[in-house]
Amino acid sequence: MRASPEISQAMAVGSPMAIHWAGIAHELDYQPGGILNIGWQCSDRVCLKGRGAKTALLWEDALGRRREFTFDDLRVHTNTMARYLTGLGLEPGERICMFMDRLPELYFGLLAILKMGGVAQPLFSAFGEESLLVRLADAGTAAILTQRKHAGKVRRIREALPALREVIVVDADGAALNPGERAFSLDREPPVEQFDAYPSRAETPSILHYTSGTTGPPKGAQHVHGSILAQYDTARLVLDLRPGDVYWCNADPGWVTGTSYGIIGPWANATTQAVLDAGFNAARWYQFIASHRVTVWYSAPTAIRLLMREGADLAKRFGLESLRHLASVGEPLNPEAVVWSQATFGRPFHDTFWQTETGAIVIANLPGMKVKPGSMGRPVPGVEAAIVDPRTGAPITGPGRVGTIAIRPDWPSMMRGYRGKPAAYEKKFLNGWYLCGDRAHVDADGYFWFVGRDDDVINTGGHLVGPFEIESALLEHRAVAESAAVAMPDPVNMEVVKAFVALKPGFSPSDDLELEIMNLVRRRLSPLAMPQKIEFVTSLPKTRSGKILRRVLRAREWGEPVGDLSTMMDE
Amino acid sequence: MDDLTRMVIDYVAREYLEEGDNRTLTEDTPLISGGIVDSFSMVSLKVFLEKKCAIQIPNDEATPDAFDTVRRIVALVDNVKRRTA
Repeated sequence: MRASPEISQAMAVGSPMAIHWAGIAHELDYQPGGILNIGWQCSDRVCLKGRGAKTALLWEDALGRRREFTFDDLRVHTNTMARYLTGLGLEPGERICMFMDRLPELYFGLLAILKMGGVAQPLFSAFGEESLLVRLADAGTAAILTQRKHAGKVRRIREALPALREVIVVDADGAALNPGERAFSLDREPPVEQFDAYPSRAETPSILHYTSGTTGPPKGAQHVHGSILAQYDTARLVLDLRPGDVYWCNADPGWVTGTSYGIIGPWANATTQAVLDAGFNAARWYQFIASHRVTVWYSAPTAIRLLMREGADLAKRFGLESLRHLASVGEPLNPEAVVWSQATFGRPFHDTFWQTETGAIVIANLPGMKVKPGSMGRPVPGVEAAIVDPRTGAPITGPGRVGTIAIRPDWPSMMRGYRGKPAAYEKKFLNGWYLCGDRAHVDADGYFWFVGRDDDVINTGGHLVGPFEIESALLEHRAVAESAAVAMPDPVNMEVVKAFVALKPGFSPSDDLELEIMNLVRRRLSPLAMPQKIEFVTSLPKTRSGKILRRVLRAREWGEPVGDLSTMMDE
Repeated sequence: MDDLTRMVIDYVAREYLEEGDNRTLTEDTPLISGGIVDSFSMVSLKVFLEKKCAIQIPNDEATPDAFDTVRRIVALVDNVKRRTA
């Protein structure tokens, strides 16, 4: 990965931001230019600081089974997995995918991959085989760690992945596997006390997270080991993690929140974190908080709105007085949710803003700062943010004036490239700024207020879904001639996918066809990408050159003006 | 086991259980909290019930809690049917 010329220029400047990050490097005992390995930092370093006996992970699953691991367990388990992976001939720099539910092996495995110098590629376990195939093929993934219940999806695409040498099943437990698959058991593998972590540097690739855009398949945002500076710093400053905390992050490590703040940030701070490997259930969630005495909770607006639907009375049946700080990420947090949490939990959810590409929180309502319900907050220490004109990159000043959110390179956790797509990466920078693709304005107090996306990407439940992927999957159905996927408003998920579908001759709209198409997309891509509504149409609005005008369909869904239609073909 | 219960169990097993998931579904298997059906997929389950039972389930009743087991789903469907009969 190469640095953008914009970034190189910024790096040469000894800005106050650079001074801030130098201080953080000092806290982590990192000498600029020296060795920096996230896997080692989150386990061995914590033990060397005398906190090996402290609880690192409180894990619980849907059946109520519990396991507890200390930081010394974390150190030994990550050593053990790192040695196992190295023993298979996996080399530093190779992409190793984690494709499993929130098992302890997911958390240990990610750090183990980083310890042995591999590039960790976590993928959401609900992904269907098409989503999996696209991401593994693009990454040239060498190995995948998975579990029995998801192995079938890997088997069905393995022939199309010539680079995939190893399929490792972490819960085989004696069950028969297919030829070419290996069973790994953390409990049965001889524990490895000593493992020399790979001598990675700040710019060594660490984690590869895929993110969706408007056009083309998803892009792999490449992060580096130096990101830990920002994740460590913001976990403490923004999430307010303190030595005695029990911290719960709802996010799955298949997404960037789940790695930056579900693994790296808390463990770099030697924080005890609780993990619930189960689906949503309001009473169960409250019971989990109460029984583990969770003090800091990092959640998402969709989850908060689901809790709101269940009512405040339910929350009050549980002893939730341990909660000290609440934060939220993924999509704008509506003011009602902030007010509700204040009334229900006695404290507000603090909204935070960042993206896969930023690697860590860049704008937030910091603890102690006045929360303005509905605002994203202000830039965090070490980060310079502004509103700029998306065409020129020129800063837009003055309260209430809308532009694109832009961040000044470089901050430590900024992605260092889109894998194999240098042009797409360069397009993210303009006039010395990284452009986030989100529109906002700033008020007189410097608080940022989200307005909307700059593109057609759908933010559903805090996850970005690209229309291109959905439309490609829709076209796989024998009855679909053409389609368009757009966001439609939803009271819980902010946006959900709606598909407009024109059928081939000989097919007619029906209830069964609608359900068949919905389930096809769910299985091929993921539940997030499944259209929650399908509207059958005879044709789609297009430009005279034949390009589908998604913005027209989207505007109709949101009751907004459709804008300039001069290029549109007559419908 | 009545026909509706059987139909819902069969549909959930066919559509939502992963190939390697050997769990036996019963009327009381946790679906949402058990991680078998997520809150997004719940929509396709709701559409399935509406089509097969010729009903409209109000959105505010289609909660993760109401869809957490087949027994609760059947109770919800029966309730909606009674109200609209």
